[in-house]
Amino acid sequence: MQSVIVMFTVGLIAFSMFRFVGDPINNMVGQDTSEQERIELRERLGLNDPFLVQFGRFSLNAVQGDFGLSYKYRVPVSEMIAERMPATLELAFVAAILSLAIGIPLGVYTALKRHSFLSKLIMTTSLIGVSLPTFLTGIMLILFFGVVLRWLPTFGRGDVIELGSWSTGFLTASGLKSLILPSITLALFQLTLIMRLVRAEMLEVLRTDFVKFAKARGLPNRLVNFKHALKNTLVPVITITGLQLGSLIAFAIITESVFQWPGMGLLFIQAIADVDIPIMAAYLVLIAFFFVMINMIVDILYYAVDPRLRADNE
Amino acid sequence: MENTVEKSRMARILDSDIWHSFARSPVAIISSIVTLVIIFGALFAPFIAPNDPFDLVAIDLMDASLPPAWLEEGDSRFFLGTDDQGRGILSTIMYGARISLFVGFASVIFSMIVGISLGLISGYVGGRTDAIIMRIADIQLSFPAILIALLLDGVARGLVPKEMHNDVTIYVLVFAIGISGWVQYARTVRGSTLVEKNKEYVQAARIIGIRPGTILRRHILPNVMGPVMVIATIHLAIAIITEATLSFLGVGVPPTTPSLGTLIRIGNEYLFSGEWWITIFPGAALVILVLAVNLLGDWLRDALNPKLR
Amino acid sequence: MELLDIKNLQIEFPSRRGTVVAVKGVNLTVRPGEVLGVVGESGAGKSTIGNAVIGLLDPPGEMSGGEVFLKGEKINDLSSEEKRKIRGRRIGMIFQDPLTSLDPLQTIEQQLVETIELHLRLGKKKSQERAVDLLRQVGIDDPEIRIKNYPHQFSGGMRQRVVIALALCAEPEVIIADEPTTALDVSIQAQILELMRKLCREKQVGMLIITHDMGVIADITDRVAVMYQGNLVEEGTTQKILGDPDHPYTKSLISAVPRADVRLRRFPMVDYIEKEEDRKVLLDISTHWLGQGRDFGKIEGPLISVKDLVMTFVTKQAFLKKNRQSFNAVDSVSFDIKQGEVFGIVGESGSGKSTIARLIAGLYKPASGSVFFGETDLTKVGSEREMDVFRKQMQMIFQDPFSSLNGRMRVMDIVAEPIRFHKLASSNREVETIVTDLLEHVGLGRQAAVRFPHEFSGGQRQRISIARALATRPRFLICDEPTSALDVSIQAQILNLLKDLQEELGLTMLFISHDLPVIRQMCDRVGVMKKGKLVEVAETEALFTDPQASYTQELLSLMPKLDFLSHEGLDVEAS
Repeated sequence: MQSVIVMFTVGLIAFSMFRFVGDPINNMVGQDTSEQERIELRERLGLNDPFLVQFGRFSLNAVQGDFGLSYKYRVPVSEMIAERMPATLELAFVAAILSLAIGIPLGVYTALKRHSFLSKLIMTTSLIGVSLPTFLTGIMLILFFGVVLRWLPTFGRGDVIELGSWSTGFLTASGLKSLILPSITLALFQLTLIMRLVRAEMLEVLRTDFVKFAKARGLPNRLVNFKHALKNTLVPVITITGLQLGSLIAFAIITESVFQWPGMGLLFIQAIADVDIPIMAAYLVLIAFFFVMINMIVDILYYAVDPRLRADNE
Repeated sequence: MENTVEKSRMARILDSDIWHSFARSPVAIISSIVTLVIIFGALFAPFIAPNDPFDLVAIDLMDASLPPAWLEEGDSRFFLGTDDQGRGILSTIMYGARISLFVGFASVIFSMIVGISLGLISGYVGGRTDAIIMRIADIQLSFPAILIALLLDGVARGLVPKEMHNDVTIYVLVFAIGISGWVQYARTVRGSTLVEKNKEYVQAARIIGIRPGTILRRHILPNVMGPVMVIATIHLAIAIITEATLSFLGVGVPPTTPSLGTLIRIGNEYLFSGEWWITIFPGAALVILVLAVNLLGDWLRDALNPKLR
Repeated sequence: MELLDIKNLQIEFPSRRGTVVAVKGVNLTVRPGEVLGVVGESGAGKSTIGNAVIGLLDPPGEMSGGEVFLKGEKINDLSSEEKRKIRGRRIGMIFQDPLTSLDPLQTIEQQLVETIELHLRLGKKKSQERAVDLLRQVGIDDPEIRIKNYPHQFSGGMRQRVVIALALCAEPEVIIADEPTTALDVSIQAQILELMRKLCREKQVGMLIITHDMGVIADITDRVAVMYQGNLVEEGTTQKILGDPDHPYTKSLISAVPRADVRLRRFPMVDYIEKEEDRKVLLDISTHWLGQGRDFGKIEGPLISVKDLVMTFVTKQAFLKKNRQSFNAVDSVSFDIKQGEVFGIVGESGSGKSTIARLIAGLYKPASGSVFFGETDLTKVGSEREMDVFRKQMQMIFQDPFSSLNGRMRVMDIVAEPIRFHKLASSNREVETIVTDLLEHVGLGRQAAVRFPHEFSGGQRQRISIARALATRPRFLICDEPTSALDVSIQAQILNLLKDLQEELGLTMLFISHDLPVIRQMCDRVGVMKKGKLVEVAETEALFTDPQASYTQELLSLMPKLDFLSHEGLDVEAS
């Protein structure tokens, strides 16, 4: 239900951008087109139809993945995006794994050993992590590993292998090497956020009565912390983490632009500079789609973890 | 009478837990000093900056790309060196911080006003109004601030004639960053309002007959401001980062009035040719500012959360 | 030999405002099969004792002196790992709130079996059998099926039974129960206490029960220790402490306990405890501000008349109306409140009694039915302005003294708010005079005006609430559990104050409480509510001596028996 509303609203925004930001005709034809031709084109494209009809047509096309031609390149937007999508998704995927695999254990550790020196060190470092703008992290990494040490490539995807319509960088050494710096850059910010979130939630759970009661029953700390506290911590963490990971794809814009990573984000940033509305609209709808998918997965996970929700629907 | 009240207020602040927690936290003291120094430097840049980077007469291309003063070939006039056009880095940082801070504060205030009002209404009125506002918030939450700001910027580019573009970008930027931040405030304020609304002091006010507007303003608002201040501090850091990021991506403030992000972008092109100072110093200034604000926010959150003590 | 022996226990809480000594050199002993009660008001330090014994004091609290012996073995200086082995195995613990004591994500079986396995190492199969057996012992029906359920599928009382089962898992020698029934209704409280008593006898377990409630003490304990500000002031058999206390604090505490068998004119003055004023001052109502402007329109017949009132709450939100689930919190209730009388409503939690108060006060709109104030149907009053006329005549005092005052406002502004809003005074100076006068009248003194609510204790805050309610010079006062959050001695003072004001100003009152003895002290007539319905309305004396409805009889029979409570120094009105 919620997903439908989200997609509808985003579709409406995307369509409004199409229709009202700049004149679509001006963007399609050259300077020397006569007024007569413009009017004909207008009629042929259905730009004189009622708003709802136009929106309906737009939605129908969008569902089939058709967002029209790019103003600048005169190529179907869907093709351009499909070509760029694997790069972004692979980058986001690696970054997501990194931030979860490091963020959650660190969060748990700093919550359990709240007063240890290492925890305080991690917490302070994490604040620096939050304070470092992604693009600056990228620049630093490039400067250090690329320019000074010359260990790792600083731009592009390296060699890719085509698997059907999917081009992957996972299967070549240069592809994997190229992935290292961008994925660290992208993961760093999310990692600190996830870590701090897990820590905060865990501290909250550790203060609850049932944790105290578990201790009063004589359960060893290991059981109390990991069987009871951690599981309860994950319930709220799942939602926010889901959202965070969804935003990785959009956040990739910055990373891609720093590392000249040929993904959707780079395409989008160029589209903004060129006011290439079809690409912007398509990107927007696509991001919303990813968000809706992630939300669905989150809901299912929630359902699996929390028995109170299951009982509600019985 | 007035005097004694004032005095006791001061005494109250000095005796409050917040003040004690502040006075005992070196991190909070240092970061607030750093923040104040940067704000001071930015605010009075025209008076204290060693040179004026926007005075075309004073700029000399002969001074271009000088390294910091303590290095060989450094020039004592330009403590942190110069950029490709011969502008002193230290001065451009001071002027740049002005823009960064202006955008930061303005967008925080903007989203605070929108977020707090919508949050109060949503929480107090409830029902359909609440559902609609929160649905919008949910949808917006699915798009990171940076993406919304980029989109708005793109749209503005399409709508505004080219020659006016440079003049309005900064306001577009404030609007874009501000509008992407209101959700946080609205959600928090709504949550607190839902709690406060059911507290008995609000019911007592309703029984007296106080109208909803007054209840929201006089009773509920002061009681929900604690968490809002924490968000505002952290949001200030995020807003400054977002502005820098947008400027870095080339869609933020125009190069004629460079912010810290713009400076980093300009410098980035020279990074590979060894002129590292053009990027590193503005970058460091940015990180120090954001870090100080973040540390303050972090401290404030702990100080306002009695359970953590 | 003593089972549990606490010697010279000292507990301290260091803070930046200096170290607070919560418990000062307390000695306690518990014998097998015996229930020892530790009773005291808030701040007496009683709860920290239990936590200190099992080694789970919340930081920064620390045990700074004394010794704890379990069967002659010193346990207070064991390592934390050895202490852990004692917890659950030899000392079981029961906490106050059953709703939060169980892990919501694990079934009852998982939690029981893990505890049994840990301490007894019976093997999975045996542990499961034992878990089922334990549930049966604590009175849960169909334990084989229920054991697979999650905590949220049990009611509050049932959950507390599960908590007790968990505490009994490993056949501990001692059980420490910290306010085990405070979160429960009276009827469930009686069942839980009986269960605990029985298990204690059968298994020869020693029990330390910590409570503020004299009813619980009277019901279950063999011996009582009375705590006051960290000190143990008196200890003895329950009979002796309740019936013939020696220490002046105990005496004042006992005399402040409301009782169901007699009605007092006033509670005796409790001078040992608080420095709050409790003197009976009668004003000359003809000259005092509170007496002026009381020429309300004459009303014939009852002041308040409630007719077929229904209030529906939505329990499950849904976008479409037909998918919503709802229940009637108040289900066609009708009653009258005569002018000048105190009408009580009594019932368990969830019976809808507070909802009625809020419906009359206009905080909720009823689904149907009407509330008459004299001749006017309040549910049909159209404009806010017209409603203000009635709001002025009708005020309310709330349950929770900590949330009923806006912490960001000075007491002056809190009490002045209704006066300013209804424009009852012509100048700011006059407002201030009235407020200070009101504050003095409720026993707070004029300097209270410039302070903030957090500087006051619960009882003092309730006095501020009363001053605010009086500020509009109302003729009708709604009291919604005005003393249930207060200690018993403070409760006595507040009840005295309310009685005085009612008498002095000729107020009509609606008095809502879950506590039958309090109702008996305060009300002229009483309505009994059960699940949204009014089951009986009667004169107070008749209700207590000759209840008609079976539910009323049940409620009365479940009341804690306070028969051997000392009657020394009481000012009895009727018995």
